[in-house]
Amino acid sequence: MPTTLAPVSIAELTEVAKRVRAHIVQMVFDAQSGHPGGSLSAVELGVSLFWNHLRCDPANPEWPDRDRFILSKGHATPFYYSLLAERGYFSTQLLRGFRTLGSPLQGHPSMGAVPGIEMSSGSLGQGLSFAIGHALSGQLDGRDFRCWVMMGDGELNEGQVWEAAQAVPHFGLGDRVIAMVDRNGIQNDGFGDDIMKINPPEMWRGFGWHVIECDGHDMAAVDQALAEAERSHDRPRVVVAHTVKGRGVNYMENNPSFHGKAPTREQLDDALAQIAGGLK
Amino acid sequence: MTAATREAYPVALAELVEQGVDVVALDADLSASTMGYQFGAKYPERWHSVGIAEANMVGIAAGYAATGKTAFVASFASFLPGRCFDQLRTSVAQPKGGLNVKCVASHGGVTVGEDGASAQAIEDLALITSLIPFDVVVPADFESAKQAIVAVGKTTRPAYVRTGRPKIPAIYDSGYRFELGKANVLRPGSDVTLIACGILVQAAVDAAEVLAGQGISARVIDMATIKPIDRDAVLAAARETGAIVTAEEHQTHGGLGTAVARVLAETLPTPISFVGVDRYGTSGKWDELLKYFELTPDRLVAAAKDVIARKR
Repeated sequence: MPTTLAPVSIAELTEVAKRVRAHIVQMVFDAQSGHPGGSLSAVELGVSLFWNHLRCDPANPEWPDRDRFILSKGHATPFYYSLLAERGYFSTQLLRGFRTLGSPLQGHPSMGAVPGIEMSSGSLGQGLSFAIGHALSGQLDGRDFRCWVMMGDGELNEGQVWEAAQAVPHFGLGDRVIAMVDRNGIQNDGFGDDIMKINPPEMWRGFGWHVIECDGHDMAAVDQALAEAERSHDRPRVVVAHTVKGRGVNYMENNPSFHGKAPTREQLDDALAQIAGGLK
Repeated sequence: MTAATREAYPVALAELVEQGVDVVALDADLSASTMGYQFGAKYPERWHSVGIAEANMVGIAAGYAATGKTAFVASFASFLPGRCFDQLRTSVAQPKGGLNVKCVASHGGVTVGEDGASAQAIEDLALITSLIPFDVVVPADFESAKQAIVAVGKTTRPAYVRTGRPKIPAIYDSGYRFELGKANVLRPGSDVTLIACGILVQAAVDAAEVLAGQGISARVIDMATIKPIDRDAVLAAARETGAIVTAEEHQTHGGLGTAVARVLAETLPTPISFVGVDRYGTSGKWDELLKYFELTPDRLVAAAKDVIARKR
């Protein structure tokens, strides 16, 4: 059972990130629906996590001591499913059925539908609470797995996030629950600053967390931030990754209309070409 | 002996642990009222207070359940499911056909008493019965509540058990055997059937006695399990008595009456009269409120006569 991970080089991670981005735009194009923007913004966080930090065994997805990855921002399924497929939880062939009748890959994650999905999400704000339950169970049973929870910044509008945020330090779960925020600045209706202006680092600090900020598209910086989050501290850790919605495809970048919209055929071809060239 | 159904909660939890069920339990700052604190005192490592945060409580329970625990959550029936319905739906009901989370909601109905309308849950059964995998039970006294909580604790499905605040007389002794999904016929009868749950079971028993004095033979059924409802008991009552009265400490929409009516409408349309609470409450002592809302044997007697008059 892999309990420690051999570090994967930043160059290799960058290649994986390209493949994940290509899956994302292809899936949303195929389905002609889905959420490309918040998927593309999360890629570096997800790739660094799944290859260099998450103790997991795709061949044994129910391994009781596995680290849990909980996607609280459930609409980022193009990202999530691509990540799981590239990591070996299931075939990348399965990605082609995304959002279609008969496919296990629903628009939002359905626990148990395919290996690797720890939680049903889609209604925002629930992942951190779910992680606490896992973590308390691990504490009770003497298991030392961690729960990595990915949230969006718009999701932080939800009150339940803060119910859970106060509980993690209270229950002493800092070494068991690690939070990540994809701070892309855009939510469904537009720019977060217009809809509900918040200051995530200050909010987390106010709830007793140690905040680690990074450029969420600099793979080395992300990898370092997640490594820091793994190290013990007297406070629970949250990585606030400053990201760009739609990153990697110029016409989607920082464009609220691609929160939940599919590209056209021409746009897809353009996107795939841009992704192959790497982040600019 | 009188006892509140809520007092059964910690007793049942301890019994489950003693029987080897891997129970954990959570409260949201109402443990002195739900009685969860008594379990916490006995098994501190298996109990947590999460503060006044019902949504978080349900999410934590779902996570616990995902690791194989039998996770109980307790609060008032006005807040559970009221403050955490979406969490019960998304984090508990939908994954894998339902995670193993048990809700024990105390202070159900209007007999919470002096706290008034905001604390009086008359919608909880409508909400919770809408969540597909949930079993829903409203026990009538301490003994049946204890056995019902133990029974749901032994399944792997999500469940909701509603308990009450007031101390009420016992209907059952320890010789009783509660069976999930099975009605209990408390009194035979041939002219009409009174189907009740919770605190209204005693009212139904009392009403049947009054009716007997007037020459009317009323069957009394304790329909503790509202979901899945005991279809056979409902249909037998319809066939054999031809008239049904339902009685519950809840709106007539979405609770016991609705569940019974659905069985009848599908299979054997039968005159039915619904006794329940279709307006918001006020403060008062619990027994005063039962009279104020006409959740009384007299009302059941009148409903029985009305429905008998409508027999074809």
